[in-house]
Amino acid sequence: MELIINHLAWRIGGAQGSGVDSAANLFASAMASGGLHVFGNREFYSNIMGEHSYFELRVSDHPVACPTTRLNVLTTFDAETAIRHSNEIADGGALIYDIKLIDTPFEKIPNLERRVQQDLGKVLDEKGLPRTMNSMLQLAEQRGITLYPVPYEDLLKTDEMLQKLPYATLKKMVNTMSAAASAALLDYDLKFINQGLEETFSGKQKVIELNIRAAEITYDYFKKTFTKPFSRKIEPIESNEKRLYVNGNQAVGMGKIAAGCSVQAYYPISPATDESTYLEGHESFPLKNGDGKGSILVLQTGDEIAAICSAIGAGLSGARAATSTSGPGFSLMAEALGWAGINETPVVVTLYQRGGPSTGLPTRSEQGDLRFALHAGHGEFPRLLVASGDLEESFYDAMRVFNYAERYQTPVIHLLDKGLATYKRTFPYFDSNRIKIERGALLSDEEAAKLESYDRFAYTDSNISPRTVLGQAGGVSWYTGDESTEDGHITEDPIDRILMMEKRANKLVSALQEIPEDEQFILHGDPNATTTIVGWGSTKGSILEALGRLNNADHSVNFLQGRLMSPFPAAAFSTILEKAEHLIGIEENYSGQFAQLIREHTGIAMDYFISKYNGRPITVDEVEESVLEIMGGQAPQKVVLHHGI
Amino acid sequence: MAYSIQDYKSDVHSNWCPGCGDFGILNAVQMSLMDMQLDPHRVAVFSGVGCAAKTPHYIQTYGVHTLHGRVLPFATGAKLANPNLNIIAVGGDGDGMGIGAGHFVGTGRMNLDLTYVLFNNGVYGLTKGQASPTLELGQQTKSLPQPNSSGAVNPLLLAFASGYSFIARGYAYNIPQLKGLIRDAIEHPGLSFVEVLQPCPTYNNINTREWYGGADRKDAEGTARPRVYNLEDQDHDPLISSETATESRHAKVGVFIEKALEWGDAIPTGIFLRNLTQNTYEERIGERIDTYRSEPPARRQIENNQQSVADLEPLFEELRVF
Repeated sequence: MELIINHLAWRIGGAQGSGVDSAANLFASAMASGGLHVFGNREFYSNIMGEHSYFELRVSDHPVACPTTRLNVLTTFDAETAIRHSNEIADGGALIYDIKLIDTPFEKIPNLERRVQQDLGKVLDEKGLPRTMNSMLQLAEQRGITLYPVPYEDLLKTDEMLQKLPYATLKKMVNTMSAAASAALLDYDLKFINQGLEETFSGKQKVIELNIRAAEITYDYFKKTFTKPFSRKIEPIESNEKRLYVNGNQAVGMGKIAAGCSVQAYYPISPATDESTYLEGHESFPLKNGDGKGSILVLQTGDEIAAICSAIGAGLSGARAATSTSGPGFSLMAEALGWAGINETPVVVTLYQRGGPSTGLPTRSEQGDLRFALHAGHGEFPRLLVASGDLEESFYDAMRVFNYAERYQTPVIHLLDKGLATYKRTFPYFDSNRIKIERGALLSDEEAAKLESYDRFAYTDSNISPRTVLGQAGGVSWYTGDESTEDGHITEDPIDRILMMEKRANKLVSALQEIPEDEQFILHGDPNATTTIVGWGSTKGSILEALGRLNNADHSVNFLQGRLMSPFPAAAFSTILEKAEHLIGIEENYSGQFAQLIREHTGIAMDYFISKYNGRPITVDEVEESVLEIMGGQAPQKVVLHHGI
Repeated sequence: MAYSIQDYKSDVHSNWCPGCGDFGILNAVQMSLMDMQLDPHRVAVFSGVGCAAKTPHYIQTYGVHTLHGRVLPFATGAKLANPNLNIIAVGGDGDGMGIGAGHFVGTGRMNLDLTYVLFNNGVYGLTKGQASPTLELGQQTKSLPQPNSSGAVNPLLLAFASGYSFIARGYAYNIPQLKGLIRDAIEHPGLSFVEVLQPCPTYNNINTREWYGGADRKDAEGTARPRVYNLEDQDHDPLISSETATESRHAKVGVFIEKALEWGDAIPTGIFLRNLTQNTYEERIGERIDTYRSEPPARRQIENNQQSVADLEPLFEELRVF
C-alpha cells in the first residue's frame, strides 16, 4: 500500500450547536500551524440548534480551493453523521465513530429526512440489514473502509483528572477528542492539536488544561489500539510565510476597511450578516502611519430598503459607503439602486447569493441571481457588476468596487455567494497596496470653494461630472429621483432627457475601455485549447483543479472565468470563444444565466451546460467527471449534478 | 455678512397649486434658516416623493429629493456620515405615515440629531386625491369614490411611541409660529418631529383653511372661532429634563397623550413634548469612536498617494496561523 503524504479530505459532522465548527477549526488550525494549506467548506441548515451540519477540510502541501466528493477521513461523534456520510468515504478511507452509538436506529434520529431514511434504508433492506448506524458501518467496511471505534465516554469517565467533572462539561470535549483521534490516525504530532487548543481557548487556562488532557487520552488510546498504519499521513512542512485562515465574509470585510469604506448599513440576512458583524467588531483600526485611527460605522437598519438608502445617503455626504445582503434583501433594494443610478451617486452593494427564489435555501449555495443583479430596478441606468471567484479575488475586488463606484459615479454590485462567504482558506497576508484608491471626479473642499457656479450633473466630454458632497462650500446642489437638468432640478424636457440618458449610459462604454482586462475576465490555461469551460464565481476553485487533472490526462481544456458582468466584455469573449471547438458552461443554477448573458452579447451558445441547483457546491470531482462524460460523447446537452448532503 | 431670506431661496419656480399650504411651510423653513443664520452649504434638505417632497428644489441649500417613503433612511445615512451637517427631512403624510411608516418608527428609535417636518393634508395630492393614512374614518374628500374605510394614524402618538424626543405641531397658515417651531426643532439636540396641518385646496374639501379657521362656527358677533389654538396659551410645559421628577414625567406623558388626541373643535398646535433626557445617536457613537465628530466617516482621509491608510496588520494577526 502506497502511503499518501499531505493530501487529505477530512470531514466532521454533528448537530448544530454541538461543536462541529470548533472541532473543525481546531483541526484546521493544527494543520495550518504545521505549514499545511487548508481549505474548509461549512454546510449547515437554517437553524440555531439541532439540525445536522458538517465541515469539510482539505489539507495539502499546496494551496487547495474547492470541495471534493471523495472523502478520506470521516470523523463523527454522533450517529447521524456516520449514517449520512459514510457513503461519501472514498476507497481506502477511514471512519472514526463513537462505539456507544452503533445500535442507533434511523427512526431515533428526528432530523434525518424521510427521503434520506428511504434511500439509505432501501439499500439496507435489500441486503437484509436493519436500519441502524451499525449497518451503515458494515457497508462501509465491506467497501474497504477502515472503522475506528472510539469509546469517548469511557475514556472521559476513567481518566482521573476528567472524571470529576460534570457530564455536561465532559460532553463538550468530545469534539476536541474527535480532532485528536484524527491526528492520531494521520500520525500527526499531537502538539499541533494542543497548540490549537491554546489558541482557541486563549486566556482560559483551566479549559485549555482539560481539553489538552482529553486530547492526550484520546490520542494515546488511538495509537495503542490501532497499530496498523493508515494509508494517509500528515507531516509538518517548514514554512516562514505569514498566513491567515480566513473566510469570504472576513476577506470582503477586510477589503472594505482597506478601501476606506466608512459606512456600512445592513439588515441581518444569511449568508451576508457575518461580514457586517465582522466590520462592527473591528469598527476602529490603526492607520499605517501610526498616528490616529480609522473607523467604519456599521448601522443595522430596520430593513434592507433603509440599509441601501442610508448607504446612498452616506455616499452623498462623501463617505465610501456600502450595504451587504443576499437575494431577498436585494429584492427590496431595487428601487433605491435606480435612485443611485439616476443621481450618479456611488454606492456598493455586496450581494451574497443563496438558494432562491423567495426564502429558498437560506444557508445554501447557488448562482441564481446573476440576471437579477444585472437588471434589478426599473428603467435603464448604468451599473457595474463584478463577480469574484475565490477568497483572494473577494478581498481585492472588495477594494476595487469602491473605485469603480466613485470613478463612474454609479452603483456597483459585488457578486458573491454562500460558498465564498463561508469557504475558509489559508492565505499569505493580503496586500492592500496592490490596489490604488481612486476617488474619481470628487472635488476637494478647496476645489469646491473656488467654483464660481456649479451644476452637479454638468455635461462633460467624459460624461462624468465633478462631484461635491453635502456640506462643501461652493458646491450646493440638488438631487432628485425624477429626471433632472444639469443642476439637479426636475425636468421633463425631451432634449435634456436624451442628453441625460446618454450621459449616464455612456459611462459604461468608458468603463469597459478603462478597466484592465484581468478585472474583466481571466482565461486560465492554454489559450489554444480545443475545449473551453466557461464559468464564474465560486465554482472557480473546482473548475481550476479539474482543469489541472484533465490536462494532466492529455485533454486540451482551458477555462474562461467571467468577472465583469456589466459592462460585459463582449468582443473579448467572442474572440476567445470562437477559438474553441467545444464550449461547456458550468454554473450553479438551473437555467445557465451566464451562458444566456454571453449568448445575448455575442450570439455564441454553449454546446453543453453542467448545471447544479441542489444548494450544494460543485466539487472538483463533479467537474472532472461530467466534462469527461461530455468529451466521451455520452452526456446530454444539460448535465445536472446531484452530489451533496 | 448676514444672510438674507433671499439667500435661502432657489430660482426654481414652484409648481404647487395656488393657495397650497406648502407655500407657508416653505416660507417658514427658509425663515427659520435665516433666523439661525445657518450657512446654506451646511444645510441639507431631504424629501421623499409627492407634492411636499418638491420642497428642497425651492431652497438654496443642498437638496435631496429621494424615494417615496424613504426620506428618513437617506437622511440618516447622510447625517451619520457627517454629523456636522444640519439635516431637515420633509415629506407628506402618505410618504411618512404610509409607505414610510416603518422608517418613521425605526428612525424614532435612534434619536439622531435631525428634524423631520411632516406636511399633513390627509390626501395623496400628486396622485389626485386618494385617502392618506391620516384621513379620518368615514370621511369622503372630493375625489374619493367611497367614504374612507380605514381609520387615521395619529402622527404625534406614533412619534412618541417610536422615541422622537421633540414633538410639535404647526399650522401652514400660521407662519410666525411655524417658523419658531422649526427653529426649536432644529436646535433640539436629538430627533425632532414637526407635524404641519396643511390644507390641500385642490383635493381636501373637508379640512380646509376655512375649516381650520372655524368659518363654520361663528360667535354671536359673526366672528369665526378658529379650531387651531396654541398650547402656549394654555401654559403647556412640554419640557422633560433630567431634573424632572419621575412622577412629574408620568404626568407630562399623560398630558401629551391627551393633547395629541385632541381634535375636532379644538386642535392644539405648538410644542407638545421636549425630552432632553436621552443622549443622541451621534453621542453614543462618539463614546465608542472618539474621532467621530472631528473626523466623521464622510470626511476621513482614506488614502495617501492613492495607497490605503488603513493598517490591516491587527486584522491579519487575529486570524493568523501560528
